Amino acid sequence: MRPDTPKYKTSDEVDFVIVGSGAAGGIMAKELSTNGFRVVVLEQGPYLTEADFVHDEIKVINEDLLTNKPKLQPTSFRKTPNEKAKPQRALVYGRCVGGTSVHFTANFWRFHEIDFVERGKIGPVPGADLRDWPITYADLEPYYTKVEWEIGVSGLAGASPFDPPRSKPYPMPPLPVKGSGVIFERAARKLGWHPFPAPMAILSQPRAGRSACVNCGFCLAFGCEVGAKSSSLAAAIPVAEKTGRCEIRPNSYVHRIETDSNGRAIGAVYFDEKRNTHLQKAKAVIVCANGAETPRLLLLSANKQFPNGLANSSGIVGKYLMLNSGGVATGVFDHPLNDYKGFAVSRIIHDFYELDHEKLGFYGGGGMDARFDITPVAFALGSLPPGTPSWGKGFKDTLANNFTRTMELFGHGTSLPVETNSFSLDPDLKDAWGLPALCLTYKDHPDDIKLSNWLSQRALELLDAAGAKQKWAPTIGEQQFAVHLLGTCRMGNDPKPSVINSDHRTHDVKNLFLCDGSSLVTSGRGQPTMTIEALSFRAADRITSLAKRGEIT
Amino acid sequence: MNENLSRRNFLSRGSAALSAAWISAHWPAVVAAAEHAHQAAKSSAPPKFQFFSSEQAAEIDAIAACIIPSGETPGAHEAGVVYFIDRALTTFAVDDQKTYRDGLPALQIRARELFSAVEKFSTATPEQQDKILHSFDNHTAGGRGLYRAGNASSFFETVRVHTIIGFLVDPDSGRGGNRDGVGWKLIGRDREHMFQPPFGYYDKDYAGWQPNPPDAEKTKA
Repeated sequence: MRPDTPKYKTSDEVDFVIVGSGAAGGIMAKELSTNGFRVVVLEQGPYLTEADFVHDEIKVINEDLLTNKPKLQPTSFRKTPNEKAKPQRALVYGRCVGGTSVHFTANFWRFHEIDFVERGKIGPVPGADLRDWPITYADLEPYYTKVEWEIGVSGLAGASPFDPPRSKPYPMPPLPVKGSGVIFERAARKLGWHPFPAPMAILSQPRAGRSACVNCGFCLAFGCEVGAKSSSLAAAIPVAEKTGRCEIRPNSYVHRIETDSNGRAIGAVYFDEKRNTHLQKAKAVIVCANGAETPRLLLLSANKQFPNGLANSSGIVGKYLMLNSGGVATGVFDHPLNDYKGFAVSRIIHDFYELDHEKLGFYGGGGMDARFDITPVAFALGSLPPGTPSWGKGFKDTLANNFTRTMELFGHGTSLPVETNSFSLDPDLKDAWGLPALCLTYKDHPDDIKLSNWLSQRALELLDAAGAKQKWAPTIGEQQFAVHLLGTCRMGNDPKPSVINSDHRTHDVKNLFLCDGSSLVTSGRGQPTMTIEALSFRAADRITSLAKRGEIT
Repeated sequence: MNENLSRRNFLSRGSAALSAAWISAHWPAVVAAAEHAHQAAKSSAPPKFQFFSSEQAAEIDAIAACIIPSGETPGAHEAGVVYFIDRALTTFAVDDQKTYRDGLPALQIRARELFSAVEKFSTATPEQQDKILHSFDNHTAGGRGLYRAGNASSFFETVRVHTIIGFLVDPDSGRGGNRDGVGWKLIGRDREHMFQPPFGYYDKDYAGWQPNPPDAEKTKA
């Protein structure tokens, strides 16, 4: 049962209004309300609960139960800024209380020390504006630990020789190994690599009134019906609501940050479910709306005083978008793995986290995981070997044989920050509320493509060592669809090439803070959510100190 | 009540992984959700078609049976895919009604063009049916299907995607497809929604985690 939570009036100036209730927003709400502040969280999606988290692929995937709605929220895509963007489904993100953390895979690696200081180490990379963070791994370490203990991460400390230093072990042992994990571990060791149990934001043991994972097999893209997946919905928002100071207000679509004549934010303007407009007043505004919607909201908030959009004196709001690179290979084995049972990933490697860019001729690095994250319909539509008939007896026979015998290897790698890669406002396309739609402009840096192909080759090598009966890797094309939404309002000490400072405060508006994937300066090696959450814990600490010292308003 | 969803089974299968606190806190919601799905599933074979005429339904049933044929194991026909599609066209796939309305007559025309004696697709021989469908097949499948399902534009591709969904959708979702779970049985997916390791052949003799050799050099590619 949800506790009774306050219902603030929109005219009641609360301490903080938080836009978005996902990985960052949920933790921000938990921390700030726990620290004694009065908080309203405005979430554009509905407040779903575990009873809503069914295994119906139509409802969840085709009808976008948990995610943005292409019909109401159309998007467009182009490769470069000189082109006219075409309407096209361009991104997916969580659109419900808990945001993307409700349906994510839950791979929860920490970033390594190198991710924060790589530019200083390797120098500039042509065609990109790679920069170092204004904070280091050591600054973030205590907050990674907070994520692991307060949100719930299963894993085994010390299992990877590549792991960065940590102050505490994981709070729970790793999840059980899957068939894909055993195959991966044996083959990786044969090749001299160092496999280790994947850190996952899924409970391996009951904790804080939540169930351990029951291995239902509907994990990526689905909400967890037993609360084992450590989403903000399961792990952070209940704590926030329990304080009695936090109101989660769902179905509230924020489309403008209002400012006064002094250039201070006074609150967030939103549409309610009936499309009535309200202004929720607050002493400060914190936008945690994700790496696409956060810059969009700033751009939508343009006014006379801020003609290029709020907090956009740098002109880079929405730019330097990084989607992470990848690489993928699929293998079919003699015997059933039944890898559809359970969560997605049980073993990973970080042997390729830092590659020798001079030797290889491209910048980058990555990790790799063994997984099976595909539900039956999606498998039949997209995961059979190349050349398999798409219908008829040959299709049926392959489908019948392969579903239990297939596993995948996923590379997760760096993306370089390129100025022209961005989310912006489409000049023509409008959403169902009449507001400018998101336009994705993206062309992978050539090094990102090279890295993805290199990781695919390593994946094939591993499948070979594992004795896969059949294996294949698709050609890596340029990305046109965004899942990881990173870097679009990046952090920095210098206000010219960045939007927020290391306290997550915008350089231009004193009481406006941003915290989510948009804050990242580099892309890490995929798996950004752990870092987004650690940043949110840290930002909440910083904001609390500023507020207590009276330095916000 | 569906065996899978009874409380007894739920507890016996899952108790090792579930906290008592969780069960008492969440059980009513789980029961409600399961009951809802079960009730919907029970009424999932409508005696009457909502969208198709019985003639049209016979045509769709025949196409679906080519896409996932019956044989030693059940196919689309046995899974009740045509009922699933009929219901889909008045629910989640309303936008595809026109594709079906236009597609069925076009199919008939194509069938007659290829085989003048054939009156209807459903009365053609299996070989003729295959040839007719291959004349439409533009091989649009491919790629990881997660966010692509249902984006088909041509009639045949639309029926293909709907047939596959109708064959493999969660049989307890109340959609009227995957009748008796025959689709999941074919691919080897157990109908339960709760499992304990070991899951399959490769993890059953796993000896437990062994640390990486302490003297291992960190390789750098």
